[in-house]
Amino acid sequence: MESKLTISDKEIELLLEDMLEIYGYDFTEYSRASLRRRLQRIVINDKLTSFAEFRYRLKNNDAYFSHIVEEISVNVTEMLRDPGFYRTIIEKVIPVLTSYPFIRIWHAGCATGEEVYSMAILLKEAGLLHKSLIYGTDINPAALEKARQGIFPISQLQQYSRNYIAAGGKSDFSDYYTSNYQLVKFDESLARKMVFSTHNLVTDSSFNSFQLIFCRNVMIYFDKKLQDRVLQLFDNSLEHFGFLALGTKESIRFSPIASNYSQLGREKIWRKKT
Amino acid sequence: MSPDRKIVLIGGSAGGLQAIFMLLADLKDINHIAIIIILHRSQVGEQGLEEIITAKTGIPAKEIEEKEIPVEGWLYVCPPDYHLLFEKDQSFTLDYSEKVNFCRPSIDVSFQSAADVFGSSLICILLSGANSDGTEGLAYVKEKKGITIVQNPEDAEVPFMPLQAIHRNIMDHIFTTTEIRDFIKGLR
Repeated sequence: MESKLTISDKEIELLLEDMLEIYGYDFTEYSRASLRRRLQRIVINDKLTSFAEFRYRLKNNDAYFSHIVEEISVNVTEMLRDPGFYRTIIEKVIPVLTSYPFIRIWHAGCATGEEVYSMAILLKEAGLLHKSLIYGTDINPAALEKARQGIFPISQLQQYSRNYIAAGGKSDFSDYYTSNYQLVKFDESLARKMVFSTHNLVTDSSFNSFQLIFCRNVMIYFDKKLQDRVLQLFDNSLEHFGFLALGTKESIRFSPIASNYSQLGREKIWRKKT
Repeated sequence: MSPDRKIVLIGGSAGGLQAIFMLLADLKDINHIAIIIILHRSQVGEQGLEEIITAKTGIPAKEIEEKEIPVEGWLYVCPPDYHLLFEKDQSFTLDYSEKVNFCRPSIDVSFQSAADVFGSSLICILLSGANSDGTEGLAYVKEKKGITIVQNPEDAEVPFMPLQAIHRNIMDHIFTTTEIRDFIKGLR
């Protein structure tokens, strides 16, 4: 029998306050519609019978709080998602990166790292990986641990191979991994150029300067105020003429930084002017 | 925007698009309501669904943008590969979380979220399709006092999806596409 407990708007606010006060994690500027679904999912999966029980476990158990953070953060990602987007990265962005002596790229909200590996493959094919460092950050440490290992379920690989071909990959996609039953492990030489670390876009500040920042399907969960603040953080972290790459349904239009950026055609990639 | 304005969500899968064209034909305008379409479709090749709808029906249609608030007179199409949710201020939120019923967008997800926000002002219509997405959502809409309509299985190209809802007995009406059109006209 499925749990019939539903969490009210007021109760959601209480949980968000607790997470901020006790653990310093601020979800108060996240989309409520999305949070409601995630929290409701926890209630069902954990078979919680009352809101009091939910709140008690959150307040008194660090491990349970970590579990909630993992469940709240959406970890759905894919390699080379939106091949048209990656074709533009290959044709318009990577040729610009070639001119830098050292390339720094940031994947903000990278979840389990599929896009970080995607970018490493493209850099390798352009002969640039040796002089690149790719930072992958997320608020969810469990997701980052998976990213570090570079081990992904084989079930998705067919789709990734199709994405790779459609994006204009140069080799055979299977050159980059070895498979073992239900899992594949991506080449260690890719992971050697990656740094994974927790970073909270809500509260943490800029930690380096980059020529390219990816943040795809992360800001759709933020309210407008937080979106603007995060875009400002990216702007502060981007070098002159650097690139900002967002998700298919995200935009910097109507944000305070928009005037200093120009879009690359129809793809959600913007280049900083000065 | 009046708080009790009517909002119509239409969910469909296989055969759903044809049904949408049928029920929008001769509607001329929808100045009294906003219509939101959640359709299972492949990610590629149907980018311009909103253009096709406008060309065929004359009703202004657009793809949903996050944080936009739906207005009367417009038909909104959920983008492929995102779930559609609603905030308390009635604005759209797009969500890229796990598939539900093997689907993204999932009709269940949108119907449930809309029911929380619009309650009895909501009308949800479930059309032709080959899977069981939409039934749970429709049940929730009914619980929240919204109006639930299911396409008549005899009228549907693929009757499986409407039949799931009918077996649960959660619909206020079982309508053909012509009857759905008349119902929408009658909301004026």
